[in-house]
Order: sequence, then C-alpha cells, then structure tokens
Amino acid sequence: MNTDHMFSSKRNAQSNRAKLRTEKVNLYYGDFQALRDISLEIPGRAITAVIGPSGCGKSSFLRLFNRMNDLIPGARVEGHIEIDGIPIYDSSIDVVELRKMVGMVFQKPNPFPMSVFENVAFGPRRHGIKNRIELEDIVERALHRAVLWEEVKDKLDQSAFALSGGQQQRLCIARVLAVEPEVILMDEPCSALDPVATLKIEDLMRSLAENYTIVIVTHNMQQAARVSDMAAFLMMEEDRAGVLVEYGVTSQIFTKPKDKRTEDYITGRFG
Amino acid sequence: MTTVTKQSASAAAAEGLEKNLRRRWRFGERIIEGWVFLTGLLAIAVLLGIVVLLLKEGVPIFFHTPPWEFFFGTKWYPVSEPPTFGIMPFFVSTLMVTLVATAIAVPVGVGCAAYLAEVATPRVRETAKPLIELLAGIPSVVMGLIGLMLLSPLVQSIFNLPTGLCGLTAGIMLSLMSLPIIVSVSEDALRAVPDEFRQAAYALGATRWEVIKYVSIPAALSGVAAAIMLGVGRAIGETMTVLMVAGGALAVPHSPTEPMTPMTAAIASGIGNAVKGGLQYQALFAIGLILFIMTLAVNLIADKVLERQKQKFAR
Amino acid sequence: MRTRAIVSRQLSQRVAFGLLVLATIIVVVPALLIILKIVISGAGTIGWEFLTQPPSQAGKAGGIFPAIVGTFYLMLGTFVFSLPIGVMAGIYLAEYAPRNWLTRAINMAIINLAGVPSIVYGLFGLGVFVLALNLGMSLLAATLTLACQALAMTITTSREAILAVPREYREGSLAIGATKWQTVRHLILPQARPGIITGAVLAMSRAAGETAPILVVGAAFLMRGLPQSPSDQFMALAYHLYTVAAHVPGMPKDTIWAVALVLLVVVLSFNVLATIIRLRTRQRRYG
Repeated sequence: MNTDHMFSSKRNAQSNRAKLRTEKVNLYYGDFQALRDISLEIPGRAITAVIGPSGCGKSSFLRLFNRMNDLIPGARVEGHIEIDGIPIYDSSIDVVELRKMVGMVFQKPNPFPMSVFENVAFGPRRHGIKNRIELEDIVERALHRAVLWEEVKDKLDQSAFALSGGQQQRLCIARVLAVEPEVILMDEPCSALDPVATLKIEDLMRSLAENYTIVIVTHNMQQAARVSDMAAFLMMEEDRAGVLVEYGVTSQIFTKPKDKRTEDYITGRFG
Repeated sequence: MTTVTKQSASAAAAEGLEKNLRRRWRFGERIIEGWVFLTGLLAIAVLLGIVVLLLKEGVPIFFHTPPWEFFFGTKWYPVSEPPTFGIMPFFVSTLMVTLVATAIAVPVGVGCAAYLAEVATPRVRETAKPLIELLAGIPSVVMGLIGLMLLSPLVQSIFNLPTGLCGLTAGIMLSLMSLPIIVSVSEDALRAVPDEFRQAAYALGATRWEVIKYVSIPAALSGVAAAIMLGVGRAIGETMTVLMVAGGALAVPHSPTEPMTPMTAAIASGIGNAVKGGLQYQALFAIGLILFIMTLAVNLIADKVLERQKQKFAR
Repeated sequence: MRTRAIVSRQLSQRVAFGLLVLATIIVVVPALLIILKIVISGAGTIGWEFLTQPPSQAGKAGGIFPAIVGTFYLMLGTFVFSLPIGVMAGIYLAEYAPRNWLTRAINMAIINLAGVPSIVYGLFGLGVFVLALNLGMSLLAATLTLACQALAMTITTSREAILAVPREYREGSLAIGATKWQTVRHLILPQARPGIITGAVLAMSRAAGETAPILVVGAAFLMRGLPQSPSDQFMALAYHLYTVAAHVPGMPKDTIWAVALVLLVVVLSFNVLATIIRLRTRQRRYG
C-alpha cells in the first residue's frame, strides 16, 4: 500500500540537525534529582533505545520529550530540550500541539473503553475532524500502518477489550499514528506482552522507523540490540540521580562499549 | 510546573510558528476551567453561609442571656415576661436519647459487622447488605410514625408509664437509624485488617471466634471507633423521629422513661411560633449553632480517625 | 483428644457466634417488618381517588394528590439545582484542583456539609432563601434549601466516580494531544456517568423523604390546588405524613398508613433504581 500520501507537507526531509536534542538537562521531582546533566542528540527516522537498570530515570527521560512530566506536581526541568531545533519548554510552545507531534505508547496497553474504531478516531476527532468518511479513511490508514487492519477490519465496532494484549498494543500504536506525529515515544511497549506479540511489535517498529523517529525505553537488552540503531545507557549514581553513561551506535555499544559500567551492564554483572 | 533556565534563540522560536507549535489561546478551555473552579468555591460558600447565618442570627441572644446561663439554665420559657432561655433540658435530652441509641446500636452494629466481615458466607452477605441499605433508606418521618404507632404503646405497657412517648422510645428508633452506618463503616474497617494477622493467630491454634475477638476487632478498633462516632453524629442530628416520639416535655429529664425534647426537636417545634428576629428566634438559631458545632466536631474526629486507620494498613 | 479447655473454648465460640447472628438479625429484620406493616396497613386505603384527589375534611378524607405532586416538584428542583453544580464541583476537585491548602479546605467543607443535621439546613433555608432573598415560604425556597443539602452528596459522588476512572485513560488521551477538558468530556465523564447518576438519584430520594427542612421553611398542610409557580405554597408527602400522624386529632389510622405507604414507595423506588444502576455498571465493566 502506498503510504507516501499520508505525510503532511509540514514534514521536513532529514536534515543535518538532530531530530531530538538535549543539552545538560536536569530533572527534579521536588527536591529529588531524577536526571543529571543529560546531553545527547537523537537522529530522525531511526530507532534509539534507552537502556539501563530499573529506576535510573529512563521513563522520566522519555517523558521529557512530550512534557508528560508537566502533569506531576513539583516536577522541574533545567537545561535545553529541542525538537527540530525548537526549544519545547519555551513558554510560547503549546503543550497540546506538542503532544500531537510527539506521540507516546505506554508499557501496559491502555485502549479506551470504546470500540476499536472509536479508539483510533479519538485523536482526529478531538483535533476537529468530524466528517465520517474522512475519519474512516484515517482510521483505516492508521490501522494498516500499525499492521492491525487485517485482524480487526471486521471488528471495528467491537470493544477494544476484546482484542489480545498484542493487538491492543498495536491498537494503541494505531491511535498514536492517527494524529500523524513525527516522533513516537515508546515506554517499554512489549514488557506486558508475550514473545510472539513482542516480535510482531518489533517488526512494526522497524517499518515505522522509515517514516517516524522512534525512541524506545526498554530493560530488555536483547530487544535493544535487535531493534535499535542508536543506544543510550543510563545509570543511577549514589544519590539516585540518573546520568548518561554512554551513547552511540547500537552495534558498537553492545560489542565494544567504551565505558566499563556499560560493559558490566551489557554482560549482566548487575542490573 | 516546569521552568527553563536557558532560553532559545529567536530563530528557533520563529521555527515554532512554522511548525505550528505556537501557544494557542484555547478559549474553550479557559472558560470551562473558570466555570468549574467557581462551582468548587460555591460549595465552600454554602458551608460558610451556614456558619455565618447561624452566627449572625444566633449570637445576639447571648447579649440577652449570657452564655453560661443560656447553656446551663434549666428554664426555657420563651413567652413569659421576662422570657428565659436555658437549654439544659434540650441538651440533656439529646444526650439521653443519644446514649440510649448508642448503647443499643454499638453492640448490635459491631456484632453484625463482625458477623458479616468474618463469618458470613458471601451469599449471606449479599442478602444482608441490601436489607441494611433498605433500613438506611427509610425516611425519618416514617421511623417516627413507627415509633409513634407501634413502639410507644409497647414501651408504655412494658414499663408501666403514663405515656410511651419518651426518651427510651426515641432512643430505640434512633438506634435503628444509626445501625446502617455503624455496620457499614465497621465492616469496612474489619475487612481492611490484613489477612496475615488472622493467619498468624490461626497458626497458633486459635478458634475462629478467638481470632475475631483478639485479633480482628482490636486491629480494626480505630475504624470501629470512627463508625460509632458517625452513628452518634447521626443520632444527635436526627429531628423528625425525636420530634414525633420523644414526648416534648420542657423540663430536664431524669430518666429515659420521661418525655423529653432533644435540641433538634426544640428547634423544629419552636421555629414556627418564633417572631422573625425576636429573642426566641435568636435563641433557636443559637441552639442550631451548638448542634452544628457538635456534629462538625464528631464528624471531623471520625474523619481523622479513619484517615489514620487507612494509613495504618496502607499496602 | 478433646480436653476440657478446648471444649469450653468451642462452647464460647458457639455462644459468641449465636450472639453475632442475633445481632445481624436485629439489624436486618426491622426494615422488613416496617415495610410489611406499612404495606399491610396502608394498602387498603390506596385507590384511584386517594392518589388523584385533593384532601378534604382537614385531611381526614379525600386524597393526597397535591402532596404527591409537590414532592415530585421538590425532587425535580433538587435535581436541577444540585446536579449541574455538584458535577462541576466534582470535576473541579477531581481533575483541576491543585494540591494545596485551599483544595483540602474545600474537601473538608464538603464532607462536613454532608453531616450537618437537616434541621440546621432548615434554619439556613429560612434565613437565606425565605427571609434574606425574600422568596417567602414557597416551593422555590424549599427546593433551594433541599438542593443545598443534596449538594454535598452530589459533589462527593461525582468526585468519587471521576476519580475511579483509571489513570491510564487520561495519560493515553493527553499523550495524543487532547486537551484536559476534551479528555474529561469525551473520555472520563462518560465512564463516570453511572456513578454520577446514582448519586443524583439518591439525592432525589432523600429530597422526597426530608421533612425537617420543609418544616422550617414552610410547607402547607392543606391545599386544594397545585402550586402554579415556584413562589406558591405547596404540599409535600413527608410533611403531610408528619402532620396527619402527630397533629390531626381524630385522624383515621388507615389513612396515616396509606400516606406512609405512598411516601415509602416513592423513596424506595428511587433507592432501588440507584442500586440497579450501580449493579448494572459493575456487571458491564467486569462481566
């Protein structure tokens, strides 16, 4: 299926500038520092994995990019975070529009208590699309993109809860795709799924990476090695603040890590 | 809320325009948020309104009758010359009917709660719960009717009284009305006790009753105490039942078998005759104020206790 | 080997359990007996005339039609005045309120609003609606008074119904660029609707059964006609029952029970309705 026409004219061609960029970012929850001095550049149209032991702040880091941390009272961000060169924490930025551009898939599939169709149509509806034909079009394309169409095309009006776990997660991905984001953040998207469903989602990720920028948090190292182009290794220091230990091309991180801590984690000495 | 310590170059900000990320006004959201906030304030306004009104209309009586005399005086003669306002009869009546109600409702209610929480099969519980809700749903005027038509003749004959309209009858009806809340909150408290406590006792060879008596109930004690307080609050604040059944006498009662007038009934029966703004009017509002403070205190304490209970067993 | 100690402990258990069962019976049975008595004693007098005619002979004969109508007006008015405000306030407290002292104060205020004795609400209604706002002893004043009383309940049930909606739905919605209000309106409220409606129905049921506030604010005992406007006087079932039971000498007992039966039917049918809504949603969600 020809999918080129799905992309809006706003979309930039891959530029030299990194898609996502952080510079000396610190994240605080109240007095507690969750992330310290994180600086990296994430390329567009690729899969970047964020790995590290649990509790080191991977999810918090991910949520910097769609400002979901704003929802937590007492959360404070210092430093510079840009998408396509635009500082997303600037006061002139509309958070709601940002979240259209940067979608998120959660660890546990969270379909809405509605039909399959309504789940995917939810985003476009909220953004003003009322025409039924247009909605059906968008829903179909999103479900195709999420490799779910064949399985649900006869069940569009059934409750989303009737789907299997893997299908529900792909539904959540379709829901995100329906609002035409440029970046997709995935927070351990497969940890609640069985191995077969996991592989399907990993395949899906790779096909999506042709057109979207994907950042995935995972505690499954094999998955990171299988799926990602770049990998960032985060770790907790003594004061429980997360720091970026090493960041580079995935194959290099996993075969010739530069930092001993990375090597220890990769080889399973801790974590 | 997030803050940023480094600002961007204006070029990047201009990109924001191109990218359509510029801040939107979103009028709809603002209006809704404002509206929703106002209604939140309205709730507190109503409560404040009650307090303010009670104070405004009730406090002036204390310029006529000093608080000491008002509270401890035993003569309530609003229409004599000069009128005297002593509310001891009402206060003691309230205490007496509440005491009777509590003495009946606590053992029965806690016992029932223990049975439902610890012993009863789910089917028994499923049958009992709706029936208890049914009891809670019966309007107070209907309870008053039952007390008037059925219970008071019974009390009159059993205790050989000149009239069955007395504090005892009122107390019994009030106990029926406090039972649902005592049972419900106590049962919640008992079910919140972690099962590990019980298992430990069983492992030591305790019988089921011993586990309930020595483990479950002590562990749930603060919740049960809160339940009792809520039941007491209910009894203190109940009007129609006591109005119809407690007898309406104006003297300080010496035993529950005498007719009496609790504070709620005093207000209800007096307000019709009181000249708006007159002394009796003020005095009745003052009684309302005292009632308000009493029920407020009881409810606040019960809430505090329940909060602490919840924290104790937070999993 | 059963020693005497074990036997006596088992005996005490049996006695104790017997007492517990007795306690449960004492709690559970009276409701049934009361309802039974009212049905038996009152059903005989209920008839078409009773339900559709106004009272005559100082209430000793005729019907209670105006009282039934008056009660329904009260219930409707309570619904109209307390539900929208209650739901909005519940939304505010559940979704928008910042976690500071003001919010905590509001929450405390509402919890205590619920515990205020109904006679005190009557005084409030008298002072504010009847006198200060000069509405007189009218249907409107009584309705507003009952609505204030219902407000605490509707706010609390709305708030709890909204808080019960799982957090994942909110996150999922915000993460695809829906605004907060859009999330509330299109995702959370529909989920919370059954709980909110249950609360509203219970509030209406309570409005039907409350006598004390109406006593103070002023219902009429005998009216031939129906209230034509909110500023008219009105009859109400609960108040009527109180008056005929306690203040009319020579009142035929059967009529009293009949009035009680009608009131009971109105109140309990709404309670049952609320329970049905509550159970049906639980089934639909987890069934």
